[in-house]
Amino acid sequence: MRAYLSIIKIRFNLLLQYRVAAIAGIITQFFFGMIFVMVLHGFYSSTSKPMPINFHSAATYIWIGQAMLGMMPWNGDKEIQSLIRTGDVTYELIRPIDLYDYWFARAFALRTAPTFLRAIPLFTMALLLPKDYGMILPPNIFAFLAWIVTTFGALLISCTITNIINITTLYSISGEGIIRLLSAIVNLFSGLVVPLPLFPDKIRQILYLLPFNGLLNIPARFFTGDIPFNKLINYFGFQLIWAFILYVLGKWILKKKIKNIIVQGG
Amino acid sequence: MDSVKLYFKYLKLSIESQLQYKASFVMMSIGHFLMTFVDFLGLWVLFERFGNINGFTFEEAALFYGMVHIAFAITESWTRGFDTFPNLVRTGEFDRILLRPRTTVLQVLGHDIHLMRIGRFSQGLIVLVWAVCKLNIKWSLGKVLLLIGAIIGGNFLFSGFIVLQATLSFWSVQSLEIINSFTHGGVQASQYPLSIYRKWFRKILIYIIPLATINYFPAINILENNDLLNYPNWIGWISPFVGLLFFILSLFAWRIGVKHYTSTGN
Repeated sequence: MRAYLSIIKIRFNLLLQYRVAAIAGIITQFFFGMIFVMVLHGFYSSTSKPMPINFHSAATYIWIGQAMLGMMPWNGDKEIQSLIRTGDVTYELIRPIDLYDYWFARAFALRTAPTFLRAIPLFTMALLLPKDYGMILPPNIFAFLAWIVTTFGALLISCTITNIINITTLYSISGEGIIRLLSAIVNLFSGLVVPLPLFPDKIRQILYLLPFNGLLNIPARFFTGDIPFNKLINYFGFQLIWAFILYVLGKWILKKKIKNIIVQGG
Repeated sequence: MDSVKLYFKYLKLSIESQLQYKASFVMMSIGHFLMTFVDFLGLWVLFERFGNINGFTFEEAALFYGMVHIAFAITESWTRGFDTFPNLVRTGEFDRILLRPRTTVLQVLGHDIHLMRIGRFSQGLIVLVWAVCKLNIKWSLGKVLLLIGAIIGGNFLFSGFIVLQATLSFWSVQSLEIINSFTHGGVQASQYPLSIYRKWFRKILIYIIPLATINYFPAINILENNDLLNYPNWIGWISPFVGLLFFILSLFAWRIGVKHYTSTGN
């Protein structure tokens, strides 16, 4: 366990160094957030029908999504992918630690450090915006606490999905196509593009059962108070169950693949 | 004339080399098709829920969508050399290009032509054809030319941005993705009618990132919708030229950049 904790620590500190990339990311995410929120504003002011969530909740949902984008499993670990491409992945196999858990620890740092750099400025900017575009504060302290807890749940799901992306690179070297497709699915099904409650009712019921639901939809809706605090155990449990399933699944695929791995050349 | 011949030679070689790995090419193209299709699903979800945006229907938005995606897909394929240009600077490869007795623009363009973008292209085309079939447009020769002109103008506008991004890399190779977010964010913003945005953001889309000139204004004329936001009617008929003008200006900037270039050594 200590080995994995220090891997997280080392990677975390290393990833904090990418400050310029963080600034570029903040501007990009702010720009996208503005567009999404303005589009939603256009839609909300074009209808008088009752909606599953109100505009301020939806805007807050979008801003949480943009601020926490670094935590979404939209890409793999570039270094691991290049290790696989060059064949240097063999060194990883020699290490006296479990390969899956080692990669998991790296994923944990990958999903937290950049998010720390970006989330705070983005939240500040989104809170300072005029009320028409900006985000709202949680209705009470419990909603905020529930958001923290479920964000941790989201992090666990995200790391297990990131690791599955890493592992798929072992199957096809030019896995870029699959990875991009997966990132598009994560974008849509997690609610980053359109908040999940706004999906058509039947599709929504299916989406609520998928692990992507735990990435953004659950934390964001605790934050806005759409889901009451007393449901916390159910939703956090849902996240933990999915994280566990994906953890076992990833471990199993990796084990199966490692048995008959062929490294070209030397 | 000689240059045109040479460009087609580059094109032929590039196509041949990409078709060497047919299965991989097909997979990547399908992946790219599905990936960009996710954007359209997001659009569909919102219209399914809200019905209309500022009086615009889903089919009308699909027209905006198809136009901008086709334009961007064309840009992505033929300006790929400029898109990956920072690599040429970093590796010093650009020195070689400078030594050859042909223009830098031609060589950088010929350096990489990305066929895979046929995925986004065909997706945009399908959406456009669907929208045109659904909408009751009174077609005339002028309107057909306007539609084609708007797409070509859009292509040049996006290409201008890619050239500007490459030009910036003569000074710095960091945080270039900010321009990238303008193009991708611009595609996102153009999928919806200009009239939904606030005045300041409309001004940005007309004067700074002039996407409205190659999308909204011509499309409004094709639809014979009167939502012109107090701009005169003829503007849509000539505005696609803005794209071409922008591209020419970006080439001037490029020439300044090339003059400024100092090699990284080696």
